[in-house]
Amino acid sequence: MPMDNPFIFVENVSFGFQGLEVLRGVSFSLSRGDFMALIGPNGSGKTTLLRIILGILKPSSGRVLLMGQDLAQFTQWQRIGYVPQKATHLDPYFPASVREVVALGLLSGKRFPRLLTRQDEAAIGRALERVDMKELRNRRIGELSGGQQQRVFIARAIVNGPDVLFLDEPTAGVDAETQARFYDMLAELNRNEDLTIALITHDFGIITKHVNKVACLNQRLFFHGTHEEFCSSAVVQELLRGEHHLVCHRH
Amino acid sequence: MQRAFLAGFLISLTCAILGVFLVLRRDAMIGHGLAHVTFGGVALGIFLYVAPILMALGVAVFSALGILKLKEKAGLYGDTAIGIISSLGMALGIILVSAAGSYNVDLFGYLFGNILAIDPLEVWMSLALALAVLSAVALFYQEFVFLTFDPESAKVSGVRVKQLDALMAMLTAVTVVLGMKVVGILLVSALLVIPAAASLQVARSFKEAMLISAILAGIAAFCGLVAAFYLDWPSSGTIVSISGVFFLIFYWMRLRRKLPQGSQNVLGSSAD
Repeated sequence: MPMDNPFIFVENVSFGFQGLEVLRGVSFSLSRGDFMALIGPNGSGKTTLLRIILGILKPSSGRVLLMGQDLAQFTQWQRIGYVPQKATHLDPYFPASVREVVALGLLSGKRFPRLLTRQDEAAIGRALERVDMKELRNRRIGELSGGQQQRVFIARAIVNGPDVLFLDEPTAGVDAETQARFYDMLAELNRNEDLTIALITHDFGIITKHVNKVACLNQRLFFHGTHEEFCSSAVVQELLRGEHHLVCHRH
Repeated sequence: MQRAFLAGFLISLTCAILGVFLVLRRDAMIGHGLAHVTFGGVALGIFLYVAPILMALGVAVFSALGILKLKEKAGLYGDTAIGIISSLGMALGIILVSAAGSYNVDLFGYLFGNILAIDPLEVWMSLALALAVLSAVALFYQEFVFLTFDPESAKVSGVRVKQLDALMAMLTAVTVVLGMKVVGILLVSALLVIPAAASLQVARSFKEAMLISAILAGIAAFCGLVAAFYLDWPSSGTIVSISGVFFLIFYWMRLRRKLPQGSQNVLGSSAD
């Protein structure tokens, strides 16, 4: 067990698929209230690492502790919010209303037969209010714009009042203005609700503006530290040179 | 005739509700595949002198789980796994029917359906099975919707994905065997797919989709049986044809609406 009892603890995690090494000895930790960006080139294993942390994939070696509990024994999934990458590739004809989509987020905290109560309806209303989508609660999810759909998926992820929110490239294919508004909203949730956030992103602008921690992955973890350390790290500058233009500034 | 109405209505309703999940999960062809397997089950029943519907039920459930295992263990695509199991089921059926010398009218009834000739025991059995399927869907409604909408997030939320996939496959198998009595093995997948596909043209929520699908299926079963009775048409073909007309009407209704921008829709065509 780690000494300082971090919120998320990843120790020496490796993963291979069909003879290919995807992750090698990845270790890092997150404390409560951290806002971490996980960055790296395409195919660097970011999504795989996230899927391992969430228990979707099993690592070939290493371990993950969520809130001090080993992943194999972890049952408090209502404390975890997740916005998957494909949230931005939604079938426009899927017959689910905004309200129905957000209600799915309540499932993890309920016992069989998991019927929705008045309190649940109120929680759905609050979650939609926090992402400024309450007025569209009866609209079909496929009728919304990409940015609005993202807000609904955030509402689904936070409707249970989770302690941690994981997001996998939530702004892929969305215009810059919508991205900026979306990240402002995440930062507000991080600040006001003490929500721990881990985010996979290619948008380095967000890193410099909102996050307090950065992890840089390319099969192995090249860097894990604070935003300031990240900006001054020669290793990171070398790794990203030619591929991304890195601008570090805070508002 | 009353028995036919009761059984036909209930079974069509069950197929239509389950069909919404299957179509949205892109599992629509599992109904077709399991129907072929059901032929093997019926043939095995005839060969062993066991009630064909019971044998078909056992074989269909076993095959549905087999399709899941093939997908999971052998890493096959769903349609490939369905193709393998359904062909083997059909092949087994042909061999057994030939061995039993049963190329006769019994088999014709199973292939093309004959709801008007349903006996009281079969009505009670259909009633019990239809209620069991509908109860399971009602009890696990939220889980099934989550699994259909976003299986990965469902797993992260603690939903038991494997067990519910198996339950859905078994419910489909039971429903296919029930539908066999109404429209026969050759058309049973139509009961699962067409009302659901029609409802998805216009539904704005999941519950609305299930409600519209169930209403369409009920109307198609009622009108189909009445038309078949008075026009002396085969009930199976009439019920399915009426469902087809509903689909065309609802498709036309969708075309009259402004289409949302997007890529692939649930029916596979481009919305752009």
